Amino acid sequence: MATIAVMFKIDGERVVHALQQAGEKLDTANGQVVLDFSAVHRVDPAVLSAMEELAGIADGRGVKLALRGVNIDVYKVLKLAKLAPRFSFLS
Amino acid sequence: MPEKLSSLSEERIAYLEGLVRQARTAAAVFTQCTQEDVDRIVKPMVLAGLEQAQYLARLAIEETRIGVLEDKAIKNMVATEFVYNYVKDKRTVGAIREFPERGLVEVAEPIGVILSLTPITNPTATVLFKCIMAIKTRNAVIFSPHPNAWRCCFEAVRIMYERAVKHGAPEGVFTCLESHDLQDNAYLMRHKDVGLIDATGGPSAVKAAYSSGKPALGVGPGNTPVYLEKTADVNMAVVDIITSKTFDNGTICASEQTVVIDDEIYDLVLKKFADLGTHICNEQEAALLARTLIDPATGFVRPVAVGQKATDIARVVGFSVKPNTKLLVAPIQGVGREHPLSAEKLCPVLSVYRAKSVDEALKVCVDVNHAGGLGHTAVIFSSNNEIIRKFGEVINAGRIIVNSPGSIGALGGVYNDMVPTFSFGCGTGGGNSTTDNVNVYHYLNIKRVARRTPAHMWFRVPNQIYFNMNAAENLREFASNSTIIITNPALEQFGHVDIVRRYIPPETPVHVSVIPDAEPEVKVVMQGVEALNFYKADQIIALGGGSVIDAAKIMKLKYESPQADLEELAAPFLDIRKRVVRYPTEKTKRARLIAISTTSGTGSEVTPFAVLFDKQNGRKVTLADYSLTPDVAIVDPQFVMSMPKGLTADTGIDCLTHALEAAVSIYASPYTDSNAMQAIRLALKYLPIAYEHPRDEEARSMMHNAACIAAIAFSNASVGVNHALAHAFGARFGVAHGRANALMLPHVIAYNASVPTKFMPSPNQRAYSAHKKYALIADLLGLGGSTVEEKVKRLITAIEQLLDQLAFPRSIADLGISREEFERAVPDLVKIAFDDPSWRSNPRMPLLKELEELFWSAYAGRPAAQRAARERTA
Repeated sequence: MATIAVMFKIDGERVVHALQQAGEKLDTANGQVVLDFSAVHRVDPAVLSAMEELAGIADGRGVKLALRGVNIDVYKVLKLAKLAPRFSFLS
Repeated sequence: MPEKLSSLSEERIAYLEGLVRQARTAAAVFTQCTQEDVDRIVKPMVLAGLEQAQYLARLAIEETRIGVLEDKAIKNMVATEFVYNYVKDKRTVGAIREFPERGLVEVAEPIGVILSLTPITNPTATVLFKCIMAIKTRNAVIFSPHPNAWRCCFEAVRIMYERAVKHGAPEGVFTCLESHDLQDNAYLMRHKDVGLIDATGGPSAVKAAYSSGKPALGVGPGNTPVYLEKTADVNMAVVDIITSKTFDNGTICASEQTVVIDDEIYDLVLKKFADLGTHICNEQEAALLARTLIDPATGFVRPVAVGQKATDIARVVGFSVKPNTKLLVAPIQGVGREHPLSAEKLCPVLSVYRAKSVDEALKVCVDVNHAGGLGHTAVIFSSNNEIIRKFGEVINAGRIIVNSPGSIGALGGVYNDMVPTFSFGCGTGGGNSTTDNVNVYHYLNIKRVARRTPAHMWFRVPNQIYFNMNAAENLREFASNSTIIITNPALEQFGHVDIVRRYIPPETPVHVSVIPDAEPEVKVVMQGVEALNFYKADQIIALGGGSVIDAAKIMKLKYESPQADLEELAAPFLDIRKRVVRYPTEKTKRARLIAISTTSGTGSEVTPFAVLFDKQNGRKVTLADYSLTPDVAIVDPQFVMSMPKGLTADTGIDCLTHALEAAVSIYASPYTDSNAMQAIRLALKYLPIAYEHPRDEEARSMMHNAACIAAIAFSNASVGVNHALAHAFGARFGVAHGRANALMLPHVIAYNASVPTKFMPSPNQRAYSAHKKYALIADLLGLGGSTVEEKVKRLITAIEQLLDQLAFPRSIADLGISREEFERAVPDLVKIAFDDPSWRSNPRMPLLKELEELFWSAYAGRPAAQRAARERTA
């Protein structure tokens, strides 16, 4: 079955909101969802919580989540918070 | 998740997991903060602590019933203001220290999640202190307070947390167990996401922390001995001790426990104590205190007494004191379980001991130190620096406080310049990992970013080198009151000594010392030194080949520095700059060493080496130090015009080997390369001529220069594996050094030019370059070839042709050594060659197997050029 990748641009100023919106649209995706993090320069606990929640929803729907353009500081936070395995990463 | 503990409910585990997850997330997010971010958070936290100091002190007193309100408030202020004063300008994020000259940068990496146990004695001050340290270092903390100080700690954490988050700290950065289950700590201590346990508390908490298998800062109890020595300022000492011991009713674990007082001032000291509101216990009162205060089952103070007032303690124990009594002083006669009051008391009860001598006083202090106080704190009052020094040596304590109060002194920053803290590291004596006052650096992983730094190189040559025909005439320039010529019998017979004498100013007294023509023995050297002493020589002229010049170098060394131990100076070393043994710099006499070489090979006239024969052990000993280098070298070809053909060939190949090995050495530099290349060029051109036409003045002169120039190169770049092989083989089979070098040379070039099995570590080499260096030499010699491999092959061929011209045996077999004999010798040869320091500068690190192969190649004499070509192709 062919997969259709859906791309969401994450607003660096309203990351939690953007992630929630992406979560709402997960049903429209079939296969993979790409979250463009290139505008996200910093994350806080609320963002991590929203990401964890989104990863849970995606798991439930069989959708793979990929993050694109994650900067190295945010990537390190995801590693330390043990969230990195929940996503794949695109450059 | 750690293994499930039987008594923890599922709900409790879920709760603890939630705490860890929250802290882990906060710690992860915190890594994004900059130094400016954390500094912006720390300052308002400190102000919050200061604002709430009295409030938190009151909470602590109400909850714990331990200590003094005013003192607890002061502790809270010290924990904030003093700690802030220490940390405010410290870099704790990113690059925290840089050492540009060493190419080193230290970079801070937070620990992540810290589990922090806090004590009942200093509850809120410890929390404030640890919160400030955690924020300054971008860590998250889960607090686990002592169960009997939970409410005040929780409040302290709340105050710090709210202020921190308000100013930018991540949510969840501090959490505090909301109730206390005994199994909570055990669960959290083993949790994989907890990076560090910082346990400030009693022995059981500290032990649990260290037993968890996690990195831990465990800071436990003390038993502070005080030596009040007779030269002390008694008034100051007594006030300091009372101030310290009564501070917060003696709850600081660094406070004084037993004061050992010199006999001469004992009565005076006790009177001063009494005058200042202290009750001096009589024998019965002391016995009552000992029985009541210390639990005989454990030897520790009973918890109910900790931090109580002196008057209350006296009342409970059963004797009366004046209402304003602030301290109970109890004489003791010894230290240990049979003297209970020698233990840590953590309340305003102080033991005193009368010492009859300094020796006894120090011993009693050591006993107290070992009775539960190892690694913690000790105090001395004295104006005798020698006794203070001795006290510092014999007492095992992380903090040795001099002429100031123990408790407040140990906290740091008030009476001294120690780091302010509320956690005293007690070192291994106290089962701790540090003796430091715990501070921000203990809350960081410090990473070292180390840049490649090229090793410092050098280029050292004698001060003066005179060369060309009749260069010895320059001897006229050197004034001397007493000169000794060191030479050998043959050179004296040839008339060389007479030539030299003619050039020495006539007014100079000259004596001649003739030594055997062989590597010098210690006995020969010492005879020479005797002669130098007898004639009070200020100038030594070494006239001869390597053996004579080497002998003169060692004579000079022993003459100028009689204390020099030749055996010790011959100790092996890897890097001359880091060698263990240093040559003497103190000289009792001075003599100028002028070296006149009479062979064109060793170049000993300019080298810092000297070979000595250790007859007793039947071995050669090489001394190496730039202080051995002659002061003046004279390279005058008139002394080599009559060299026999065989010696010309042997020494000439030695010179060529020096230059070729220096050129590819890991210590080669542009300075040594220029000399090595020139020496190679001269040797290849003039050695065959000097060999065929010994009276050819130009050829002799150029070969003499080549030997000296090659020696300059290898004096600074060293030699290589060829010399290691030749030393071992030559010594075993009695083959002349140059001849042994010649047998190995083509094979070693082929070996070094191929891809190494093992590279030699060398910070100055950016790539493996031996093959390219050989190719460059081939270019310099105009040998042709279009590729590196081809050029190397042509260089080997040129050297093999030279060896043929010089009529050298072309294999070890050609020397008449049977295969069986050689086979028997090879294992030893390999061992000896591997122990030889010469190869340590070889570009390729030789494996034992490779040394063996090289020996066999030399035995077979298989054309090395063909072998090189085969290896390259393979």
